[in-house]
Amino acid sequence: MRISLETRLLGANELIAHNNRTTFSNQGILVINLMSSPGSGKTTILEKTISRLADQIRMAVVEGDLYTDQDAQRIEQQGVKVVQINTEGTCHLDAGMVSHACQQLLTQKPELLFIENVGNLVCPAEFDLGEDLRAVVISVPEGNDKITKYPLVFQRAEVVLVNKIDLLPFTDFDVDKVKRDIGLINPKAKIFLVSARNGDGLDEWISWLLEQIEVKKGTNLNLE
Amino acid sequence: MHELALMQSVLQTVEMDAAQRHINRISKVKLVIGQLTMALPDSLVFAFEALKPGTIFAEANLVIEERQALCQCQSCQQEYKLDDFFQFICPTCGSSDIQVQGGKELYIDYYEGESL
Repeated sequence: MRISLETRLLGANELIAHNNRTTFSNQGILVINLMSSPGSGKTTILEKTISRLADQIRMAVVEGDLYTDQDAQRIEQQGVKVVQINTEGTCHLDAGMVSHACQQLLTQKPELLFIENVGNLVCPAEFDLGEDLRAVVISVPEGNDKITKYPLVFQRAEVVLVNKIDLLPFTDFDVDKVKRDIGLINPKAKIFLVSARNGDGLDEWISWLLEQIEVKKGTNLNLE
Repeated sequence: MHELALMQSVLQTVEMDAAQRHINRISKVKLVIGQLTMALPDSLVFAFEALKPGTIFAEANLVIEERQALCQCQSCQQEYKLDDFFQFICPTCGSSDIQVQGGKELYIDYYEGESL
């Protein structure tokens, strides 16, 4: 006997992600899913971004990590409400984890919510969390082959941040090649060259974020 | 990526459906996996073989149909397949307004089994 199922394997996640997206949109919150390999500087970028926006924008952060809350502690020191998700070995965040974490955060009425995903370029690409924008960080010391090696995460990103550009003089990292590779996979992606450590390029990133927050608020007003 | 977890969810889904139909031996499970999902067929087969002993899947075969990613240019309507290096630029007119029409599938197509 043959039974036709046509059951989507990630269907449950997609349903929760859709609910998250509706909740975020109803409240006019811009949600950014920040992804990268371990050590490329997601948390430092967040720290610097938060410190620059703190007096203009209400922010909240969901921190995904395997076991520790080190990153959450760093973010908390910036005076922003943060919820830690420990995935206990799971290599990505899923929509259910985010939904649960956000119950505590949404009471703060944030305008901008960052979700820092688990450091990994493969699995997080598969799981929609209900975000508006996907931002992927690659850093100069990782080498510039990451885009061709992990195309899916870059193909689905709206933004690519190339971090640690202060280290460019010490490596053979080829910025033009990275731009070309991104252009072939995802020509619409916005690319920012930054150094979170010394602040280079952060102004452009911050102005772009502010624009996106306004766009999101505008969309929300139109819906009403 | 996480083929073992995916396969556990495949077996669980089929098992639940089979229980409702009083099917207690599965002979075949068919999956459809798109090229863009990054789920590796070899790892899925490995996970299936590792999980099936002692279950209703003990004698079952896993069949995986891989779907290539298909793109259509929204400017000139040209359709093309993505090769190993993904390019989202139309090979005919160079437009970057590309819609991906396939390759994201990740589902259980059907299973076969019987009541003993």
